[in-house]
Amino acid sequence: MLESILRVIALTRKELLAVLKDPRARNSLLLPPILQCLLFGYAASYDLNHVPYAVLDRSHSVASHDLLSGFEGTGLFERVADLRTQRQVRDYVDDRRALLAVEIPADFARRLRAGRGADIQIIADGRNSNTANTALGYARSVVSAFNDRWRADHGLPGPAVTVAARAWYNPNLVTRWNMIPGLIGTLTMIQTLMLTAMSVAREREQGTFDQLLVTPFRPAEIMAGKALPSMLIGITQATGVLLVAQLWFRIPFEGSFLTLYAGLTLFVLAAVGIGLVVSALCQTMQQAMLFSFVLIMPFALLSGLTTPISNMPLSLQYFTRINPLRYAIDIAQRVYLEGAGLGVLMPDLWPLAAIAAVTLAAASWMFRHRLQ
Amino acid sequence: MAAPVVTGEDLRKTFRAPGDGGEVHALDGVSIEVHAGELTALVGPDGAGKTTLIRLMAGLLAADGGSLRVLGIDPAAEPQRVQDRIGYMPQKFGLYEDLSVQENLDLYADLHGVTAQERSQRYPQLMEMTDLGRFTGRLAGRLSGGMKQKLGLACTLVRSPELLLLDEPTVGVDPLSRRELWVIVEHLVRDQGLTVLTSTSYLDEAEKAARVLVLHRGRALAQGEPAGVTRIAAGRSAVLDPGPGVIVRSLQARMLDDPEVIDAVPDGGLVRLVRSGVATPEADRATIAGLVPTPVEPRFEDGFMVLLRGTAAHEAGVDIRLQRPLAPAAEGSVVEVRDLVKRFGDFTAVDHVSFEVRRGEIFGLLGPNGAGKTTTFRMLCGLLPASGGTLRIAGVEVARAGAAARSRLGYVAQKFSLYGALTVAENLEFFASAYGLRGAMRRGRIEWALRQFDLAGHSHTASAELPGGFKQRLAMGAALLHEPDILFLDEPTSGADPLARRAFWRRITALAEQGVTVIVTTHFMQEAEYCDHIAIMDGGRVLAQGSPAEIRGLARAGEGRQASMEDAFIAVVQAARAREGEARP
Repeated sequence: MLESILRVIALTRKELLAVLKDPRARNSLLLPPILQCLLFGYAASYDLNHVPYAVLDRSHSVASHDLLSGFEGTGLFERVADLRTQRQVRDYVDDRRALLAVEIPADFARRLRAGRGADIQIIADGRNSNTANTALGYARSVVSAFNDRWRADHGLPGPAVTVAARAWYNPNLVTRWNMIPGLIGTLTMIQTLMLTAMSVAREREQGTFDQLLVTPFRPAEIMAGKALPSMLIGITQATGVLLVAQLWFRIPFEGSFLTLYAGLTLFVLAAVGIGLVVSALCQTMQQAMLFSFVLIMPFALLSGLTTPISNMPLSLQYFTRINPLRYAIDIAQRVYLEGAGLGVLMPDLWPLAAIAAVTLAAASWMFRHRLQ
Repeated sequence: MAAPVVTGEDLRKTFRAPGDGGEVHALDGVSIEVHAGELTALVGPDGAGKTTLIRLMAGLLAADGGSLRVLGIDPAAEPQRVQDRIGYMPQKFGLYEDLSVQENLDLYADLHGVTAQERSQRYPQLMEMTDLGRFTGRLAGRLSGGMKQKLGLACTLVRSPELLLLDEPTVGVDPLSRRELWVIVEHLVRDQGLTVLTSTSYLDEAEKAARVLVLHRGRALAQGEPAGVTRIAAGRSAVLDPGPGVIVRSLQARMLDDPEVIDAVPDGGLVRLVRSGVATPEADRATIAGLVPTPVEPRFEDGFMVLLRGTAAHEAGVDIRLQRPLAPAAEGSVVEVRDLVKRFGDFTAVDHVSFEVRRGEIFGLLGPNGAGKTTTFRMLCGLLPASGGTLRIAGVEVARAGAAARSRLGYVAQKFSLYGALTVAENLEFFASAYGLRGAMRRGRIEWALRQFDLAGHSHTASAELPGGFKQRLAMGAALLHEPDILFLDEPTSGADPLARRAFWRRITALAEQGVTVIVTTHFMQEAEYCDHIAIMDGGRVLAQGSPAEIRGLARAGEGRQASMEDAFIAVVQAARAREGEARP
């Protein structure tokens, strides 16, 4: 047993040395995850802040000015033009100069004063439905704020029901808060899977794997010696992303680090298991690289990071159950934002354990019946 | 006399070494002349600069210094004009393995714009010359190594070049195909008046050339007729008869340590010597190690070794001592192979192979590329499961061999597989730990390996940046750290220069004397002379096995000379192929 442990330590040490001594490998370990994290934090956001809009104000009244100042006041909108004709509205939206066009009819103020209710028209560029929806949502809240003000100023009764919306865990609904904790899992998975898959393939290609197999190393020891360094590196990368989230983006961490790292360790083990299966199937580094990419794409798409799993077709929803990333993102977001404990996370933890057990067992079987 | 086809003067080419940016002088002031209608050979070990020189001539590389004219053209300035007039066959010729022989030929004819009329004239000639006519429909990937080389040569010759450049056309090819390739090349020169430049690391091939250029580490050691190189050893060559009961390689190893001896190799049951002094009547009567040398005619290799020794200091004697007693001699065989079979799909790579190896023996597996020796070897080491038969090492079934059984084996892979990013010391430390060495024992063994293989000066060099010969030494050092009872060596001497090869065999001889069992594969037929037993493999089967003397006995002696191991190999393979031909209806 002692012999076994010493051999695994020797192999782990060798793997880490091989990675850390190669300047290219060394730099590719921490830099890309942190850069990607910064990139995602700034670029990947559904929040809009400079929504260009055009105005066709036919009313030219105090009321219409009051309404429009509501748009200005949010700081989210940027008026690009004051239009005169319907025709211009079409031009501005067509060539994407304006995302929204607000059209106020000539009888706007008159009808309001008469207490009859007035209509305005907001035209949105629907070519990107996501953005259009978000922008329209902002516009609606501006209009409803105007309504409240008007009622109060003119002594009219308020609406019967008002919704007081509070978004828990992310009070301002900033996409970044949701995205960055999710990246802890995603970025770690990409690197861990590739690193593991490539490390065995590299040894195969350079002939050192044979050398390893004729030493007293048992297949299980080789696997452990390959898995441990990848896990260590994976956890270190996750820590890097976590630090960026807290120190740079200042997203408040609600949970316990112990819980988060317990979940991450299980997740990284599952990713290493998949990497080892890939490496058992591949003879060359090129194959391992291709295979890893083929796996990583669906894992990332079907993880729930960017699109909700509940919106996917049922068959794909089943697939997400064997996707370790799905659970890792859930764990990271829940521990990070809501402070979830281990008990609550059980539905995420046991599938990770199961995936790790199955892939590691499969990889070890393939290593033993290797090289057919 | 007409102007030379190629003239190169003071050619220099330096490459940046991978990693820390050291420089490798691939060519360090080499001059060369190739004359029309002659065969010129570039001779030298791997890394001598042969390929670089040929690539300069083909216009594929530009020299850093010196001047070069090929057919009166500067190939660096006008590569296409040179390439239109020469034929170049690189070491790995670009055959399309999924195309048939005919399709490959057609493809190259198309690429070179050979007209249909020229083809109708050229193809029959090429087919007759290469004897490929029977295989036109066969996929190139399914040809043997020798036939692939012939097809490569045919593709190079689809149009008539004025100069043919061949880069090691015979490397890794079996002796029979090697001989056939040379017949073709000699025919091209003699009967068609073609100018040919070929490189080779086989010294016997150099004797067939009209002119040779001996290269070593980017410098020219000699240039001129091969007889001129041979003459350097005039009066120095001799043979010693070890007499009954003396192992030839043990005597040869002792001879190598003698400062009076430049070179010693086992040769046909005798030890062939090159002495540092020219023989005089007195010297002839003097005995060496109590034996009287018989002077013999020098050969090219003898002269080459004299030149090579001049570049390197005489290495001190090797004292490779095991520090622990080996397991007591077991009765019977250490390695036992019976009816070993390996199939890949419907292809049988190893076909009922049986042999035995006793303790302290050196056993050689000989054969061309693709003969099945590497597959056999991998099964012996437990790297590949057998499809049938039994394989026992030290009485243990290989398939069931546990960590304890593996800890008694040492293994040196074909490419001296080491962790390139790790330093020499780190590699040794890793393998020491892998074999369970700890503490003072571990330190002691690592120091031993560094000292024994002269690696101390390189211990902090990344192993990927070691020069070729040192990689082999490090691989040997790593494999011997735990003092294995059985040593497996896969093509340990391929790519090594002759001096390194002799040092290697001297160590192996010393280990075998101490009871280490050695199993080695090689495609150098002369190296079979170092073995106690050899098995000749071809097409997955063992065609003959026995002691080197027994194997040599299978061939008829040539005129005025004893049959060589190569003659024996060719005789055995030809006989087997003839039998097969008869067996088929």
